[in-house]
Amino acid sequence: MEISSNDPHVACPYDDHHSCPGPGPALRLAATTSFNNSGLSDVLLPAIKMDTGIDVQLLVVGTGQAIRLGQAGDVDAILVHSKTAEEAFVSDGFGTHRREIMYNDFVLIGPVQDPAMIKTSATAAQALQRIATAEATFVSRGDDSGTHKKELALWSEAALEPEQFGAWYKGVGSGMGASLNSASGLDAYIMADRASWLNFGNKGGLGLLFSGDPKLFNQYAYLPVNPAKHGHVNAEAAVRLEHWLTSRRAKDIINKYTINGQALFIFNSQP
Amino acid sequence: MNEIWAGVQEAFRLIFILDADLIEITLRSLEVSLTALVIASALALPFGTWLAIRRFRYRRFTIAVLNALMGLPPVVVGLVVYLLLSRSGPFGVMGLLFTPTAMIIAQVIIITPLIASITHQAMRELWSEYHDLLISLNTTKRQRVVALIWDGRRTLMTAALAGFGRAIGEVGAIMIVGGNIDHATRVLTTAIALETGKGDFALALGLGFVLITLTLVVNLAIHALSRTEQEGTW
Repeated sequence: MEISSNDPHVACPYDDHHSCPGPGPALRLAATTSFNNSGLSDVLLPAIKMDTGIDVQLLVVGTGQAIRLGQAGDVDAILVHSKTAEEAFVSDGFGTHRREIMYNDFVLIGPVQDPAMIKTSATAAQALQRIATAEATFVSRGDDSGTHKKELALWSEAALEPEQFGAWYKGVGSGMGASLNSASGLDAYIMADRASWLNFGNKGGLGLLFSGDPKLFNQYAYLPVNPAKHGHVNAEAAVRLEHWLTSRRAKDIINKYTINGQALFIFNSQP
Repeated sequence: MNEIWAGVQEAFRLIFILDADLIEITLRSLEVSLTALVIASALALPFGTWLAIRRFRYRRFTIAVLNALMGLPPVVVGLVVYLLLSRSGPFGVMGLLFTPTAMIIAQVIIITPLIASITHQAMRELWSEYHDLLISLNTTKRQRVVALIWDGRRTLMTAALAGFGRAIGEVGAIMIVGGNIDHATRVLTTAIALETGKGDFALALGLGFVLITLTLVVNLAIHALSRTEQEGTW
């Protein structure tokens, strides 16, 4: 087995990716944990490979790290969900543009007994206020990911400041899955994306308690890394991937992807 | 307890059906860690032996540093290698980040001090036995190193196997520099971390048992090849 060729864009002598460890004619895409944990990437990547021949190498990281990878030029494109950070990424010249692809939604998870009684809340902000009032254990991602940023935005919407919270508010500094494991172990409340929650195997005593507030919608966008900034990026493949991600075929696959009969992502890319 | 049992069953199922992904990541684990082991041994065995026979001014200090480096935190090694290999780092032009080569580099850094330190301990004792003989034969420094390495080969194998054990079970550094990319840099330990994150403990544990079995098989194979523990030669 050959270890690797140094140039990530050198042609691979084999067609099937198993024969080419290390970088083949590949495109490196940094995407968020929810995109992968939901299982959507397992459906999309083979379809992309089949239609375009692009071998997408997925780096599963938080939005914060994905943006850092794009800034350093270590990936060719990023697929993330944090509009403010994305717009800064483009305006600082690291990305060529921002293209919205699809959205999913966040849900509030907690112990099924619901000690803070968030089930009957009218809005997400009210639900968080109830958790804070009850001082019920709450697990926060605490890792500067898109989900974490969204959670912080919701706390400020609820006129609360997490830095002043007591020991009931636990920033675990981990990915979605690891954080859900923590919440499951602590019987705590947590905010998660619906896809990761449905695919999560260790639910324990937790259940989905609150969802549906439009504030909880979560827009994913695709941002190619600017080749003017990093000459080595695979810009040609990044453009072709964008065409594919915004195509009818992508729309069909994304909208038809369900877990337990629930649709997870809604395609909303504008031509 | 149920989850541990489910993990055992999952391990047998994966091995029994010769799961293609499992074979791929297992081979990659072996490839990365064995390559790192060969490189690290080539550096550490002569260096550890040399350190045992050579007297120089900062010898004690060097040995203390070497021993301290045995506890080098992999996650820090990973981060430093990452920053060096990143496109915006000093070696960025080589495009090595997120390749198996980057993982090998990180593992070499982690296990070389460990192998060198164990080598030094073993060789020091052997040298006190061989000292008079080798000096009286008027050997060169190089000949002494070679003689000690050859006669101490069984202990050195233990040193190498300790290094291999640390390399193949390591996750912090290779997760950072490899990126855990499916079909490119995913190995057993990073796959275990991934499945744990998904809450799929059975699969994670199944992979864990495969990893333990693999380590055992490699150890037994090396022992068998070098014919230790046989009658008359131990």
